Amino acid sequence: MSISKDQLIDFIYDEARMLDEGRYSEWLALWLPDGHYWMPLDYKQSDPINQTSLLYEDLFMLNLRVERLNGARTFSQKPKSRCHHVIQRPFVDEMNGDSFVTNTAMHYVETRLDEQQLLALTARHDLKLVEGKLRIANKRVDILNCDAAFRNIQLLP
Amino acid sequence: MANYTGNPTAAAALVQPHQVHRDIYINQDIYALEMKHVFANSWVFVGHESQTPEKGDYFATQIGDQPVIQVRHKPDDIHVLYNRCPHKGTKIVIDRQGNTGKFFRCPYHAWSFKTDGCLLAIPLKKGYEGTGLEKTDSGKGMKAVGAVKNYRGFIFARLAEEGISFEDFFGDSLSSLDNMVDRSPEGRLEVVGQPLRYLHYCNWKMLVENQTDTCHPMVAHESSAGTAVKIYEDLDLPAGTPKPAAMEIIAPFMSPYEFFEDMGIRTWPNGHGHTGVHHSIHSDYSAIPGYVEAMSETYGEEKAKAILDENRHNTVYFPNIMIKGPIQQLRNFIPLAADKTIVESYIYRLVGAPDELTARTAMYNRMINAPTSIVGHDDLEMYERAQEGLHVNGIEWVNIQRLLEENEDFSEEAVLNGTTERQMRNQFDAWRKFMTYDSEKQEAAE
Ligand code: FES
Ligand SMILES: [Fe+2]
Repeated sequence: MSISKDQLIDFIYDEARMLDEGRYSEWLALWLPDGHYWMPLDYKQSDPINQTSLLYEDLFMLNLRVERLNGARTFSQKPKSRCHHVIQRPFVDEMNGDSFVTNTAMHYVETRLDEQQLLALTARHDLKLVEGKLRIANKRVDILNCDAAFRNIQLLP
Repeated sequence: MANYTGNPTAAAALVQPHQVHRDIYINQDIYALEMKHVFANSWVFVGHESQTPEKGDYFATQIGDQPVIQVRHKPDDIHVLYNRCPHKGTKIVIDRQGNTGKFFRCPYHAWSFKTDGCLLAIPLKKGYEGTGLEKTDSGKGMKAVGAVKNYRGFIFARLAEEGISFEDFFGDSLSSLDNMVDRSPEGRLEVVGQPLRYLHYCNWKMLVENQTDTCHPMVAHESSAGTAVKIYEDLDLPAGTPKPAAMEIIAPFMSPYEFFEDMGIRTWPNGHGHTGVHHSIHSDYSAIPGYVEAMSETYGEEKAKAILDENRHNTVYFPNIMIKGPIQQLRNFIPLAADKTIVESYIYRLVGAPDELTARTAMYNRMINAPTSIVGHDDLEMYERAQEGLHVNGIEWVNIQRLLEENEDFSEEAVLNGTTERQMRNQFDAWRKFMTYDSEKQEAAE
């Protein structure tokens, strides 16, 4: 089976929609077990491990993050945050057999109570075709003002 | 509401042995007094020497509300200057770090200054001839802070020209900093990457107090730590499977009250203190191959063991930093207003130790203290709810009397049950002392 550029682009749109609609179990199922969600702290950071990042999470942590959102005693999520992605048409940068790389510019809005914040960001997805399905091998999200002082970012861009 | 402007004595009356008045947290005039007296008379953390390793390297930060520059003037000489052109006030540097070469040059009218602040040159200087410029503050160059101390790589400054010495201010509390640095087989730390910067709409003291608040983790962090433990148990991994790294860091937050009672709290004079006298949430981290060997090589087995057996949890250095010796983390709670604080969380590398230690520290930092952290979110939520709740007029006092003893003497070191709020009381004792430092000095002179 081969994947077209349009299918890759649709995948990215679908993922953003899942996050906006809070369909987290579906979203987690997109991930390959060894995947990492990385959000660097420094502009053009190259090392996720020996340096602080905003996020560098494996599936255990992503799972925990999602589970926690629904917990009875998750005080900072009472009331819950909501998020909203506006994405530009993804660039498909690489198509090598079963491996693909896309780059997507987004405006991400998160809100809770009377506060709302807007983040401009670029998401790089490493995707793999496994048993006929596209899956996320890794995701890197670079926030344009990653070095600024932030308030809570509670959901996932 | 009392009028506190220019009246530190009225401010000092807001501290009682078992409670403090809410104005301490919500009143902007109190904030102004804190900046003028508490922050000016204390020794405040500026940065680490490795942030400015080469001549001309600078780092811009704040001491309280005062913009300052840490700059390397000579290979072994770091200065701390106010970040203000003596001509008309323009900030000399605006980026957070960089290298200025041999001198600073103001971008407005090109007055230039040596990296120790001395005036170097003024264009068209003849315009000042005979005007007496050299007699003004403007003619003297960039102003330096009152005093600077480089303690094992950590730069502290006192804004006041005269006052308590570095040694008297910190006393035996330096043992925590020593332990953090001693954990490097070369006795040296190096800053790693950029600090996390997390903006809180609450008073800076709430964050400092929370560092030794041992009755909140199992409550406020149940949603993250409790859920982590539950997910892990549900995974039901076969015996011998390595634990997810997250578990090692996050699960100890769910330790029961007894764990925190037994860990102990120590307080030192001048508002310093630490949790984890006997053990801490950092005690059970897995060993990193090669590290103990490298330590023994330097210190000998016995001394290396003594250094590594010290597992202090959070050490608060009054007024506004916390360090975690066992993981080489420093958090700087920079007060921007009565209800606005920026928290900068730095990590350091143990020079000569395996990289895995840095990796674990970086993981701790992002997992617990990032704006994206599922642990930090709940702390922020509590502080900000308190900041709003304190406006209620029905109760004006904040209670800090857990395990209060009669006639507590904070000028004596003490080791107590780990759930005491004595360290919070100790901080307020120091707060009152430095708040009235100038007025007492004045009275003594009269
Ligand atoms: S303001 Fe700096 S030279 Fe004039
Ligand atoms: Fe906490």
